[in-house]
Amino acid sequence: MTEAASRLPVSRLGGPEVRAISRIDIGLRRRYAAERRFRAYGLAAVTIALCFLLALFGSIVGKGYTAFQQTRIAMMVDFDASIIAPDGDRSPAAVLSGNAFRFDDLIAASLQKTLELDPDDEDGLYDGLDLLSKGSAPMLRSMIAKDPSLIGTKRSVDFYATGDVDSFVKGTIRADIPESQRLIKDKHIALIDKLEKDGALHLAFNTGLFTNGASTRPEMAGVGVALVGSLYMMLVVLVLSLPLGVAGSIYLEEFAPKNRWTDLIEVNINNLAAVPSIVYGLLGLAVFINFAHLPRSASLVGGLVLTLTTLPTIIIATRAALKAVPPSIREAGLGVGASKMQTVFHHVLPLAMPGVLTGTIIGLAHALGETAPLLMIGMKAFIVEYPTTPLDPATALPTQIYMWATEPERAFTERTSAAIIVLLAFLLAMNSLAIILRRAFERRW
Amino acid sequence: MSAVQAVTPFETIRTPDAASRPVKIHTVAVKVTYGQKEALHGVSIDIPEKAVTAFIGPSGCGKSTFLRCINRMNDTIAGARVEGTIKLDDQNIYDPDLDVVELRARVGMVFQKPNPFPKSIFDNVAYGPRIHGLARSKADLEEIVVTSLQKASLFNEVKDRLNEPGTGLSGGQQQRLCIARAIAVSPEVILMDEPCSALDPIATAKVEELIDELRANFTIVIVTHSMQQAARVSQRTAFFHLGHLIEEGPTDHVFTNPLEQRTQDYITGRFG
Ligand SMILES: Nc1ncnc2c1ncn2[C@@H]1O[C@H](COP(=O)(O)OP(=O)(O)O)[C@@H](O)[C@H]1O
Ligand SMILES: [Mg+2]
Repeated sequence: MTEAASRLPVSRLGGPEVRAISRIDIGLRRRYAAERRFRAYGLAAVTIALCFLLALFGSIVGKGYTAFQQTRIAMMVDFDASIIAPDGDRSPAAVLSGNAFRFDDLIAASLQKTLELDPDDEDGLYDGLDLLSKGSAPMLRSMIAKDPSLIGTKRSVDFYATGDVDSFVKGTIRADIPESQRLIKDKHIALIDKLEKDGALHLAFNTGLFTNGASTRPEMAGVGVALVGSLYMMLVVLVLSLPLGVAGSIYLEEFAPKNRWTDLIEVNINNLAAVPSIVYGLLGLAVFINFAHLPRSASLVGGLVLTLTTLPTIIIATRAALKAVPPSIREAGLGVGASKMQTVFHHVLPLAMPGVLTGTIIGLAHALGETAPLLMIGMKAFIVEYPTTPLDPATALPTQIYMWATEPERAFTERTSAAIIVLLAFLLAMNSLAIILRRAFERRW
Repeated sequence: MSAVQAVTPFETIRTPDAASRPVKIHTVAVKVTYGQKEALHGVSIDIPEKAVTAFIGPSGCGKSTFLRCINRMNDTIAGARVEGTIKLDDQNIYDPDLDVVELRARVGMVFQKPNPFPKSIFDNVAYGPRIHGLARSKADLEEIVVTSLQKASLFNEVKDRLNEPGTGLSGGQQQRLCIARAIAVSPEVILMDEPCSALDPIATAKVEELIDELRANFTIVIVTHSMQQAARVSQRTAFFHLGHLIEEGPTDHVFTNPLEQRTQDYITGRFG
């Protein structure tokens, strides 16, 4: 008899049983310890993941949030008819043609007035013009072309400051480094201080970041074209890959005979999901551009390539969702005399829909962030004009980020982070939509 | 008598009904193979019209397999092959010209686990009539739904919540909803595969009562594990064992005076 057994009050318990009881005790303690340990591992893993996520968001938002504001210089502009329309023709076409420098004259005149400069002080004028974006004159011209009734009036216009002035105002270019190494000289600082004191220089919400296309001047650059391009691509991907993927999965899961051929197809779909996306880019270049002669840099081609990368994901997710629908539902449908197709479309697919949507959104989210294949088909061009159709050249958000990340200016650095924030917001919006849709479909249970 | 001797060669022991009923389903030498495995070795039976026929026998003896032949549900199983003849009112149901969808409208089925569609109670019952075009108008459809629910003794319990999901009902109610769904397409035969095995005794009693009522209008074939249930609801009983139909006859005869040793062993609980 063991010690433990002799301590037991009930004598009718035999030796072997007693040993069994004490062994179960140890096992229980070990089991609880293991469980606690496992929970601690899980908690640690989640904490580490959260820390990384926080660090990531912290650094991106910290670098990028300043880009949502922009330095503007408000100046009273005299839309002098004799300068803008010397021959009396005020039509937009006339405004857009003719001597482009006449708008520089308008700006110079209003700058002289704003800075209270001596009309003969040429150096002062040029220093002042240094502060204004080089895109100011074209901006003024298109503003007048859009609204010719401005001609002959006086209006205050918000001009963009240059990217360097913007960086200085936001403190990313510091005043305490030696002047020779500084992009903003002391004379500029004096002007900035004066403008600030007069209330002409101010920070405003940077709408251009969302609406402008590509520009070499950071203050005029925006993700507008990239947003539209990404949107077109997402539409192409959705319109093509959802029906193709769902139809393919339904066929494979519900109708196809289970034989060697369908096994082979299944294995290959899984393989395709693992193919690096740049390979799809090469494929798209060879097939859609070189063979089918679709235009380069077009969001249609981008969408087609991304459809290829997304299809396996959607098919795998959809098949899993279809497999998860209990067979009893199929029996119920067939049992009341529904055809196979009616059973699938009336009963099985609606139940699989939440899973299908989740898979689709995951696929779309991947596609939205996909960069490499888009570089292969030329979606990193310098595109100023909005694409009106998916056949027009466009860029995409990730390629825009890639392009900006390679620019040296400070103002582009903050715009890179801002573009990442826009991309993440786009993703978040898509995911929320997915959750809402999934809820809506799930309620049918 | 040893079991091995009786298996080969094989002869089903049949006792005719005292009151002769017209035959609804007539099968000759039905064999079913799943892949390489023969699950039914040739079952011949006549199932009478407007009566309840119970299939009993130990697990895995092929009751469900045989039942699923009658509405060709086995067609949906990859690798299942059915041989022999099954006639419904003198029409061979495995005739290539026969429309399976139409057959399943004539031969309804109720499954072991209640499987209502995840839709409203109304839509559950209305689904069959809708796809078969049985209702000309909305009022028509509503009438079919109400009468089907009434026939399934469920209407009074659900009349205030026809738009609530059928999956929200209790197990027994769900099973009666499935029976209502089967009735709604006006079948001639209703096949039930252990319809009460997932239900509690009270729900079981209700379903049994219902089966007894339905017998006036439908030919019913029920697979059951419970000998008491077979004795309570059926007029004829067929005993299956290892893919053979061992004995069939009037229920009281099979239960009180089995002619086969294995039947007697099974109903007295010696195996099963
Ligand atoms: N889908 C199937 N595939 C392969 N074998 C099956 C299948 N369904 C049933 N069987 C086999 O057929 C035999 C009869 O099964 P079943 O008809 O379900 O028996 P019961 O309903 O009498 O319990 C069993 O041996 C079972 O393993
Ligand atoms: Mg069974």
